[in-house]
Amino acid sequence: MKITEYIKENRIYLDGGLGTLLQAQGLPVGELPERWNLSQPEKIVAADKAYFDAGSNVVCANTFGANPFKFSDEELEEIICAALQNAKQARAQSEGKQEKWIALDIGPTGRMLAPYGDLDFEEAVAAFAQTIKLGVKYGAELIFIETMGDSYETKAALLAAKESCDLPVFVSNAYGEDGKLMTGATPAAMVALLEGMGADAIGVNCSFGPKMLAGVVEEYLKLSSVPVLCKPNAGLPKIENGATVYGLNAEEFAEEVAPLAQKGVRILGGCCGTSPSYIKALVKETEALPVLPIEKKIRTCVSSYTHAVEFGNAPVLIGERINPTGKKAFKEALRAGDIEYILKEGIAQQEKGVHILDVNVGLPEIDEKETLVNAVCRLQEVVDLPLQIDTSNIEAMEAALRRYNGKAMVNSVNGKQESMATVFPLVKKYGGVVVALTLDENGIPENAEGRVEIAKKILAKAREYGIEKKDIVFDPLALTVSADSSAGKETLAAVREIKCGLGCHTSLGVSNVSFGLPKRDIVNAAFFTLALGQGLSAAIMNPYSVEMMKTYYAYRALTGLDENCGEYVAFAQRVALETNIAPVQTAENDVNTLGGAIAKGLKEKAGVLTRELIKNKAALQIVQEEIVPALDLVGAGFERKTVYLPQLLMSAEAAKAAFEVIKENTPCGGATKCAFVLATVKGDIHDIGKNIVKLLLENYGFAVCDLGKDVPKERIVEKTVELHAPLVGLSALMTTTVPAMEETIRALRKQAPWCKVVVGGAVLTQEYADKIGADKYAKDAMETVRFAEEINERL
Amino acid sequence: MSAAAFVKTYDLPPYNEREILRYAGVKGAGKEVDGLLKECLQEADGRFVGKVCYQEFSLQESPFSSLPKARLKGCVGYVVFAATVGLGIDRLIAKYEAISPVKALLMQAIGTERVESLCEAFCAELAAKKACEGLSVRKRFSPGYGDFAIEAQEEIFRVLQPQKHIGLAIGKSLLMSPSKSVTAIVGIGKEGRKEDYGCEVCTKACAYRKEK
Repeated sequence: MKITEYIKENRIYLDGGLGTLLQAQGLPVGELPERWNLSQPEKIVAADKAYFDAGSNVVCANTFGANPFKFSDEELEEIICAALQNAKQARAQSEGKQEKWIALDIGPTGRMLAPYGDLDFEEAVAAFAQTIKLGVKYGAELIFIETMGDSYETKAALLAAKESCDLPVFVSNAYGEDGKLMTGATPAAMVALLEGMGADAIGVNCSFGPKMLAGVVEEYLKLSSVPVLCKPNAGLPKIENGATVYGLNAEEFAEEVAPLAQKGVRILGGCCGTSPSYIKALVKETEALPVLPIEKKIRTCVSSYTHAVEFGNAPVLIGERINPTGKKAFKEALRAGDIEYILKEGIAQQEKGVHILDVNVGLPEIDEKETLVNAVCRLQEVVDLPLQIDTSNIEAMEAALRRYNGKAMVNSVNGKQESMATVFPLVKKYGGVVVALTLDENGIPENAEGRVEIAKKILAKAREYGIEKKDIVFDPLALTVSADSSAGKETLAAVREIKCGLGCHTSLGVSNVSFGLPKRDIVNAAFFTLALGQGLSAAIMNPYSVEMMKTYYAYRALTGLDENCGEYVAFAQRVALETNIAPVQTAENDVNTLGGAIAKGLKEKAGVLTRELIKNKAALQIVQEEIVPALDLVGAGFERKTVYLPQLLMSAEAAKAAFEVIKENTPCGGATKCAFVLATVKGDIHDIGKNIVKLLLENYGFAVCDLGKDVPKERIVEKTVELHAPLVGLSALMTTTVPAMEETIRALRKQAPWCKVVVGGAVLTQEYADKIGADKYAKDAMETVRFAEEINERL
Repeated sequence: MSAAAFVKTYDLPPYNEREILRYAGVKGAGKEVDGLLKECLQEADGRFVGKVCYQEFSLQESPFSSLPKARLKGCVGYVVFAATVGLGIDRLIAKYEAISPVKALLMQAIGTERVESLCEAFCAELAAKKACEGLSVRKRFSPGYGDFAIEAQEEIFRVLQPQKHIGLAIGKSLLMSPSKSVTAIVGIGKEGRKEDYGCEVCTKACAYRKEK
């Protein structure tokens, strides 16, 4: 019988801890237990058999740490083959009468995924896939992904399983005392991610005993539509007579797990500190308990790597600002590959209070796939909001969904056959809530009925792909009211009908309605109010619009969504502050010159003063008379040690603010000095020092090409040659990455012999720099600037 | 899988602003950055965990191939630990790398101060516990420090499995993630021994040198 059939009516018992058993039999600390599959197979068979004898339906083969990072390809195959053989032999020998399955056990790789670690997402997927394919080859009947503390790695493993086999996949995460994964995800976020991608059962293991895990387990039971599993430790460990023992004995453990079974956990087992006797006691304690049915939960939910956002009574705000349409500066930034612009927009919108960020980087002349993936990856490094992947380029959509760390919002599908045939398979594979536009081959129906008809058609088609109604949010399209006076009315009617008649959530790009009208904010906000009244669930909107935010907060206060009107009051106070900017007596007021503002590190003031100056002074004059002298003053102070690094940076940021104003006002206010290629070398994933150098070099007019961190030498050489850059700056933090720096320099000497290489970073010294053949060792950012100026002079 | 190592969670002590400023490269008073530092502290507060996993060994049993023997002279055993304040501060650092390098620098400094204070808390508790047994603890030292090879990092990770216990991972270049983490070894001896340590034994001129 297939386990997915069996579970419909029955409770499933997993096995317990294996490491504890093996250590008791002499496995030395630090030795990889997977090797015992080959060297001590009889002990592994005995352990697996003991679990089958105790009543386990599923025994995990001894493959928890079997991955290509720990073993060579040959050894990995031998280990997985032997582990599954051992488990099969144990099953054949066991006299247990229960149904029995053998799982391939998949634990974390031990590496952290980028951006916070150095393991690329696709590399992780490939590693898991390698293990899983071997598991399938040698007869695994189930994939059991467990003890995962990172949502991104969990996704990589589940994706690998889905792409490598048709076996059922159970996924179990390890939560901390705060009820979150090590990398921050809540149970709601994990349920959304894992269910969305089609895990057959989900739950928790390890970390604590049953009582301490109860809170997280109950959350799973409340949210999950698939069976929930729980595999706790035997309480907390302590030392007794020099040996590690766990707090709960077998009977106590079983008694503590039983209430979880009563609440509906369908898959039970044990983790650290549990042994066959624990499983035996667990079976005895719970087998007579009634098996509760698993209820489908109708929840429309997207998630980030930290939290879930649910569509319900409270309106969901989707920030629209990361979209180049009608934004000249953004278009330029996209063409220049300046991702910083997008990150700033993301952070600023989050601060304004949006719940989801729309990400659209569509521009005909750029590689949309590459740019979208880059934007998604970088955004999820700096903001923890769920993202709405907004593109009509299917390849870009897939690449972005793949890399997205959570369950994304997908924008969009529509009633055209081709759209549904390309978008729905992606939503099914990667999970997601998809925005469905009510238009089709015949365009947008004028009236509400026509749009609702298309909505029905989309729902029917989605069902064919196995996508449920709850994962579709309809956008009945706000059309321009100045072109057609009934446009607003029809859209509102469609919102109401889709909400009440079809029971689906809706989202609107509100601002479209006011196109061509003066004071658009007023119309947008009124339309937003009306739509909310008709049951609108979400709006793609501009969070910088005070009118829109007024509507949002007032609506919440008026509909009982804002306890004691607390959030409304806080918002109103912020608005009052922003509109009555009373001159406050601060240090800023004593500074009246741009040079002074820069020297003091006053960012806003520097921007304001530059805006004043540029009205009647040439850009170059401002740079030469105000900015450069101030920077020099501060830089010299830094070198004399009367000014410290944070102050130097404050001044640099203030100068940057001034430059930004100049750039806005002059057609080509860019770099005036030579190209400078900058990178943190391969293997190094921290780049604060390099970023400081970059900021200062830019202020001094160098055309900095920042290649980022963990950069292979080939890329550095390629860029240096392409720009014929006279200067290359390399940074390394660790002794272990200095060799990568040396190799880079060697490669540069061969292929870009003209360039001067300056090196820096925590471990670098003059001695090291000489040894690896650098032209210059710079002990800090200012020294790099001085050296660069020297070289630039000589060009 | 079994837990060989123990895991403990600590409440971190109050911030030591002087230390934070020292890590940020400010010596003495740093009036200009006070405002920014306050903002950073406010935002960072609540984003830290204080997790340590550790295991004690006698001097005879050693799963490590490259123990710094000289530093453990006269010890009866040692404790190996891994400590992290979590990924929250790395996220803030990444955020400010994008919008404000000076705040990124301050966040870095705050993270460093936090993880050092966590190590202090762990070692102080260990010292108190060992004092009851009539033993004393030496100062902690980490792979990459003095004669303790950085490569020992890999062995420490294999033994303690901090990835599983406290979410601390190691990369190919032996850098740890989350970045604000420490692995170290603490010798346990019969009697206390006064040792020079840290800045006192170092001869290099360094921006972070502690002022006496």
